[in-house]
Amino acid sequence: MIEAAAALGRSGGVRTPIRRYVPAALIFLGGLLLWELAVRVFDIREFLLPRPTQIAAAFVDKFSVVAPAGWLTMRKAMLGFAIGATAGVLVALLTSRWRLVSDAMMPFAIAVNSTPIIALAPIMNNWFPITSIWPGATVVALVVFFPVMINMVRGLREVDPGFLELMESYGATPRDLQGKVRIPNSLPYVFGAFKVGTTLSVIAAIVSEYFGGTRTNLGVYISQQAALFHFSEAWAAILVASFSGIVLYLVIVTVERLVIPWHASMRATEQT
Amino acid sequence: MAAITSPAMAPAVAVSRVSKTFDSAAGRVDALANVDLEVGRGEFVSLIGPSGCGKSTLLRLIGNLLEPSAGSIRVNGKTAHQARLDREYGMVFQQATLFEWRSVLHNVELPLEVMGREKADREATAKQMLDLVQLSEFGGHYPYQLSGGMQQRVAIARALSFQPSILLMDEPFGALDEMTRERMQAEVLRIWSKTGTTVVFVTHSIPEAVFLSRRVVVMSPRPGRIASIVDVDLPQPRSDETRESPRFYEKMTEVREALRGVGAA
Repeated sequence: MIEAAAALGRSGGVRTPIRRYVPAALIFLGGLLLWELAVRVFDIREFLLPRPTQIAAAFVDKFSVVAPAGWLTMRKAMLGFAIGATAGVLVALLTSRWRLVSDAMMPFAIAVNSTPIIALAPIMNNWFPITSIWPGATVVALVVFFPVMINMVRGLREVDPGFLELMESYGATPRDLQGKVRIPNSLPYVFGAFKVGTTLSVIAAIVSEYFGGTRTNLGVYISQQAALFHFSEAWAAILVASFSGIVLYLVIVTVERLVIPWHASMRATEQT
Repeated sequence: MAAITSPAMAPAVAVSRVSKTFDSAAGRVDALANVDLEVGRGEFVSLIGPSGCGKSTLLRLIGNLLEPSAGSIRVNGKTAHQARLDREYGMVFQQATLFEWRSVLHNVELPLEVMGREKADREATAKQMLDLVQLSEFGGHYPYQLSGGMQQRVAIARALSFQPSILLMDEPFGALDEMTRERMQAEVLRIWSKTGTTVVFVTHSIPEAVFLSRRVVVMSPRPGRIASIVDVDLPQPRSDETRESPRFYEKMTEVREALRGVGAA
């Protein structure tokens, strides 16, 4: 039973939360402190870089504006993400049934994926009512769609040949192969794409707002405040934007932990 | 004659005049040429030979993962293809190839799931199989939490879960250290004597082949063919004492000399 003990030992060894999070927190606080000091010591002007304390003050002061603006932008990002991710998964599943179709499609998908889709934002503003959530959500959906689709196709295909031989030896049907091997195999790829997608979706939502829109959302707010030389306010809004990105990312990481607890990337933090 | 060809009397494996050539960009490769081999029911046979002698190819032909270029393969009196569809084969490879997203118990259940067995039945059978390989406490673990030897035992449990009549093993212990390997060999023999399954076992280890088998099939490369067959009439059941007996060494020497004859050792 030495083997057993070794095996259990391997799954143990989880670091305590304090040892895991304290260094990161110290670096964060140290960074803020350095920033604050650097701005004061070198007398950096506010329009170049406001101090963290100024930004914090602006954040508190303008909370009733930046919070709803952030929520609007985040809804746009979430709606676009949901549409893009769902479409990416569905298209990958459908085309994987016909290898020829996905072979023909992949080069285009990869090409489109490497173009800055965000450049479509002004066009989307013409396609949909500019005050609605749709121009932004559409850009987000497009930005999220391609990495999700491409990675899922990859995950459905890059299966250990040993798995295929085993399933063949059981006389498995193509449907068994899809449901019991290919789809589970693709999940780590899909979640990788989702994680990239959350970051992209907030970027796309805000950038699309830079091109206009009358309602108060983060993109409009940031560009207006910057134009008015209210840089602390602009930075406060940027703070909200990065907070939105982090929240979306954490949601995906949490879902990932629940859905694929077996995957190596989920265990990395357990190892000493 | 009719009685001999009836399925009930047919040998577990009958390979006759089988050749296999692979066409690749680098040209034609004759992997196997004119191979004849019969394996009796419940027999334990090893295939041994240098790399490139086609021993894995022969195993995959028997298991119908490949089709022969010429010749015929009958398994329990049926074609290899029919035998595969009838789930006559349990397979174990050098890599345990456990599905990392399934717990140990669910890995063992997988073939039963594909075969459409009821959940309760599946679970009970899988638990029995884990008992057999002495891993009953690990059903809830994921594969990554197990050592290499334990993973390979799960793979064996999985291969046996649907009681296949033939177990095909392709260097199953090749990636294990020597100590674990010897323990696994003893385990396989114990399971073999309990289940009465026919075993075809590919290895490149002489002591492993001699310790496990009733017969050792020595193969030679380019093109792959059977050079000789060594009968290993060591007493059953075999144990650690078998490994230390003079007869064991004689048999190892016999296999080694047969291999030397084919330009291997």
